[in-house]
Amino acid sequence: MRLEYFQMIDRFVAVDVGGRVARAICKVPLQSTVFEGHFPGYPLMPGVLLIECMAQTTGWLVSAVTGFTGLPALAGVKEGKIRNAVFPGDELEFEGKVIHDGSGYAIGEAKGWCKGAAICDATLTYRIIPYPSPELRAGLWEWAERINFPAKEFAK
Amino acid sequence: MSTTFDKVAEIIAETCDIPRENIKPESHAINDLEIDSLDFLDIAFAIDKAFGIKLPLEQWTQEVNDGKATTDQYFVLKNLCERIDELIAAKGA
Repeated sequence: MRLEYFQMIDRFVAVDVGGRVARAICKVPLQSTVFEGHFPGYPLMPGVLLIECMAQTTGWLVSAVTGFTGLPALAGVKEGKIRNAVFPGDELEFEGKVIHDGSGYAIGEAKGWCKGAAICDATLTYRIIPYPSPELRAGLWEWAERINFPAKEFAK
Repeated sequence: MSTTFDKVAEIIAETCDIPRENIKPESHAINDLEIDSLDFLDIAFAIDKAFGIKLPLEQWTQEVNDGKATTDQYFVLKNLCERIDELIAAKGA
């Protein structure tokens, strides 16, 4: 997890685009400037960053389901719940599902666990927006390779 | 048996917390009911699910942006319901 870069996923461990489900591992770093402020003397992973982990896990899957035809921009978080505290060094597992692939939007459901215990879940809405630049789309392949996501296989 | 309009009006009332009696076939979803684009995604999701269709929002938006259609054609509810009925018929064809 590269917290300061908002790149939350270390690697995907399962991607089933046909089944519309994917699982990813995100290891919380031991050190980060985030923990200097949240909170001084009590480093605690911010809940909004757990939402981001769920959004990125499901977002990559939305990209694959929609053939990498646009960028899935997080537009809505419903029933978002943070169920347990997460600390530096924790290894987290997230599962994202695409429950609906609409025209220009998608709906996902995501959950997260730490050591087998549920830590968070939410229903996520994405708008699929045109890639703002060809460079962004081209850069996705290298990023995908780094996190073990089979992106090129599903690109239209 | 409820009509397409009844079902759509029910979805809009529930999704956007708009009193059901304010939702009429002549209502324009954006101009009259003041539904914004994000709330409309929730409505589209509920309509897609309820009727087993996929509202072609991208195509409609493109047509409006290109001046080939007006928002009335897709967002006045009686017209939206006609489009829904067409999509349902096309699915069964």
